[in-house]
Amino acid sequence: MIASLRTIALIASKDLRIELRSRVVFNHVLPFAVLVLILFGFALDADSEALSSFAPGLFWLAVLLAALLAVGRSLALERADGALDSFRMADASPAAVFAGKALAVFVQLVVLEVVLGVGIVVFYGASLEKPGLLVAAGVLAAAGIASAGTLYGVVASQLAVRETILPLLLLPVLAPVLIGATRAFGDAFGTVAVDGWSWLGLLGAFAMVYATFGAIVFGPLLEEG
Amino acid sequence: MTENSEITPSQAPNVAASTSSSTTRILGWVTLAGLALLVVFAFFVSPEDSRRTADGAIIGQFDAVRLLYIHVPSAVFAYVSFAVTGLGSIVYLWRRSRWWDHVSHASAEIGVVFCGITLLTGIIWGRPVWNTWWEWGDVRLVTTLLLFLIFVGYLAFRAVAGEPHRQARNASILAIVGALNIPVVNRSVEWWENRTLHQQSTLADLKIEDETLLTLMIGFAVFAVLFLWLLVHRFRVAWLTTEAVEASLKQALAERQAEAEGASSDPAGAQL
Repeated sequence: MIASLRTIALIASKDLRIELRSRVVFNHVLPFAVLVLILFGFALDADSEALSSFAPGLFWLAVLLAALLAVGRSLALERADGALDSFRMADASPAAVFAGKALAVFVQLVVLEVVLGVGIVVFYGASLEKPGLLVAAGVLAAAGIASAGTLYGVVASQLAVRETILPLLLLPVLAPVLIGATRAFGDAFGTVAVDGWSWLGLLGAFAMVYATFGAIVFGPLLEEG
Repeated sequence: MTENSEITPSQAPNVAASTSSSTTRILGWVTLAGLALLVVFAFFVSPEDSRRTADGAIIGQFDAVRLLYIHVPSAVFAYVSFAVTGLGSIVYLWRRSRWWDHVSHASAEIGVVFCGITLLTGIIWGRPVWNTWWEWGDVRLVTTLLLFLIFVGYLAFRAVAGEPHRQARNASILAIVGALNIPVVNRSVEWWENRTLHQQSTLADLKIEDETLLTLMIGFAVFAVLFLWLLVHRFRVAWLTTEAVEASLKQALAERQAEAEGASSDPAGAQL
């Protein structure tokens, strides 16, 4: 148990250290996500009323698109020199490797959400009404996206066509997160009259299911044949 | 001498080139006859859907109801196909038998086709009856579309070349995760709009008319044999494809080996 926690911390901190040094997510993915917010502004004809009422959905769509890149980057780190195989040779628990990879993606997604959150306030004029709900939904949704993303990311990463197949595999599966998180944010920003708290259960359940399933199947996924 | 070198090119195993047997030929004819019978019942024997309300107005789906004789059975058997894929994938991960992998793959392909037919007929039917091509608030509609897309992704994954055992294993995991996701999608869409245009099933209380019910039952039976027939053939195609790939690989190996042996027994060749 302690060994697993150590493995999780080691792998997550390794990924985050690589990110701090290479700044790939910070320099590429983060500006891309902000760019998406700006492009939505053009697509909706800078209609400030539409932008503020659709701000939650546009926010989560920008997060999902950026998450595809972040997941791709996370698995790209392990492709060089057969690093995934070396986890097996090091006899690291596959569940812990999965949790460590997902944790690093989760941390990056939370940072991304903070920046995009400021972005929708500034660009779309969204006004925050329930900060607690916002934080809870943001954290739970990030956990779900990071878990499902890491699971599908490792499946896709073993193929030569990984970049094109990952969005097709991952996005339909993340639809419940998009629905739930958009609803919760809609309540937090006061754009729709729903009980946003009731959606946290779905977001939490999604994260639990994918974190558990990912931890179980990660071992077989790393094996050959 | 290794086993491979004993197979010369002329002796390369011939793979049977047919996917039919006398049983499946009968099944095929039954399917064809059933489809013809369904067309006759759907278009000519069953009445159009209309009834008179208390104040004398005539309401109903009229001729559009005939689409449901395809829509409902294809929807049911799309879900049956995906269930077979899910179960087959579990058994594959457990037993690692090629047989179950082919069953899962074949069933998913049929499921995607049936699911596509369901969505298409539903969209066409919705225009006159619901007065809209697409209804975002309908739970079953949106869930079925996402299910369709998840299995389109599964088939796309299967279509990519890769190490066969790893591909089969990963595809099985994808199918199971995809199937597990369906209740979550269903729940979330239900809470999202909390309304449905889909009518509740009227089969159990026999509220629908006799010919309509009979035609629908024929539809179910025909789609059942159609599913079986397609499954058997798609399975055999997949099986023979694997056999052919293995046979040609063996043949290529034998040829290369023969070349190498020829070269080593030839002193001039060895010097090159």
